[in-house]
Amino acid sequence: MSLDDATVRKIAHLARISVAEKDIAPLAKELSGIMDWIEQLQEVDTSAVEPMTGGADMMLNWRKDAVTDGGHTDKVLANAPESHEGFFGVPKVIE
Amino acid sequence: MTFLIKGETETWEVVIGLEVHAQVTSEAKLFSGAPTYFGADPNSQVSFVDAGMPGMLPVINEICVEQAVRTGLGLKARINNRSVFSRKNYFYADLPQGYQISQFDLPIVGKGTIVLDMPDGVSREIGIERLHLEQDAGKSIHDLHPSKTFIDLNRSGVALMEIVSDPDMRSPEEAGAYLRKLRSILRYLGTCNGNMDEGSMRCDANVSVRPQGEEGLRTRCEIKNVNSIRFVMQAIEYEARRHVDVYESGGEISQETRQYDSNNGETRSMRSKEMAHDYRYFPDPDLLPLVFDDDYVARIKATLPELPDEKRERFISEYGLTAYDAGVLVVERETSVYFEDVAKDRDPKAAANWVISNLFGALNKMGISITDSPITADNLGKLIDLITDNTISGRIAKDVFEIMLEEGKGPDAIVEEKGLKQITDTGPIEDAIGQVMADNPGKVEEYRGGKDKLIGWFVGQVMKQTGGKANPGKLNELLQKKLAP
Repeated sequence: MSLDDATVRKIAHLARISVAEKDIAPLAKELSGIMDWIEQLQEVDTSAVEPMTGGADMMLNWRKDAVTDGGHTDKVLANAPESHEGFFGVPKVIE
Repeated sequence: MTFLIKGETETWEVVIGLEVHAQVTSEAKLFSGAPTYFGADPNSQVSFVDAGMPGMLPVINEICVEQAVRTGLGLKARINNRSVFSRKNYFYADLPQGYQISQFDLPIVGKGTIVLDMPDGVSREIGIERLHLEQDAGKSIHDLHPSKTFIDLNRSGVALMEIVSDPDMRSPEEAGAYLRKLRSILRYLGTCNGNMDEGSMRCDANVSVRPQGEEGLRTRCEIKNVNSIRFVMQAIEYEARRHVDVYESGGEISQETRQYDSNNGETRSMRSKEMAHDYRYFPDPDLLPLVFDDDYVARIKATLPELPDEKRERFISEYGLTAYDAGVLVVERETSVYFEDVAKDRDPKAAANWVISNLFGALNKMGISITDSPITADNLGKLIDLITDNTISGRIAKDVFEIMLEEGKGPDAIVEEKGLKQITDTGPIEDAIGQVMADNPGKVEEYRGGKDKLIGWFVGQVMKQTGGKANPGKLNELLQKKLAP
């Protein structure tokens, strides 16, 4: 399967990764290579296998409904480039 | 109730589907132990999971699962014993993870129904497409700083139930009725408080139109995050008329997300986010499938309360109420409890009348809810007892009711204090009649001369004489006798 340049630009945009124009074509080639490997997996007959979302034969762990966290605004904001009165400050995003 | 838009060339029908985000009532968030209280200081209820810190793992809150199943059962919906959490990927400043944990192709609840009882007596069945669990995002505040947007993550990670209806509604009224009914069910179940003004219940409306009789659906627009039922109805009506105008002037509707501006009653296009709907869902590798057995569902089912529809049926069959009265009384669980306390061992129709005609009006005027009523159910019941045992007349009861509203006292004390007991003794009533007749010989003459209608005037005068306390039956009987020629 081969990805064209437009698709690569779109994927990069959705992932918010800045890709220089000169890198688009090589990236398309690399990604297409990865897709080819994945395509090889299609050759395995899985008709008798239940679809699954993971390989672990475990149950989801459930937690009690109890407040065990919160109350550390300072730590939450510690890595923020900018904060004001307990809020994160980011460039204005108005719809 | 049909809602049709008469255009220049066609008569148009509107097609509406609603997506409601209902905040799950829980102490802690869906995947973290941070609290969910409303109105806390910014970022004070945030765990590192909610802040999207690297390496943090989500662990599901068992109550949120239970609440979703309970809601599904309340919507008579199919419960999926196995469901899967997926990542919905998009970039926004109030979404620190860069994705929302949601459910995509395998939601926890499948198809269900909500029955609407419209004011014209018609019942409408609206399909529920699905209900799934997902995380809420944080909150962006744009008006605290001239060049910055402020972000508060307290809401980030709070559990939401997204409840999606089928495109089954055909008028703004039906959309309003759907939201009221859904809110009523959620409140009965205790799974969401339904407060739209606090954002605990939010609504997106999908609207399209088509010429009456046309099969299939035309392009829809989604109106996002409308925060009151009234605004949802207004937004739908505006949007439907806009579609009609566009089609009739030869244009096409393009699928887009729109915003309702309640100041001028219009919807407008949100700056179209190119490719915004490419969410690239995939199963969240941090979470195993959510699995439970039939016993688990049965245990929750056993704890379901009586829901509005069943309660309404019971009020009709057990108390002989009209469908309308029963419908009004069951909307809020608190009201139905109040009514049943008043009606206990009393005439249920009288109880319903007092609650609906008198109490609701008064509470509305005062702008308070039934739980804050100055008149307790017990006292309203006692007031009805005083009428039943002839201690006071129905007319005086209305006065006593007003005093109860103001002073919050019991009816016995008020009747005693103000000397409002009904006069049933013959003597004082006869005295009052004598007085009125002596003062108005002309009227007596007229009556005796055949002007029967004057009896009403005499009743009024004697009532006035006795301060409204004369027993009406007794008064009538004595008056007839005295006035006879």
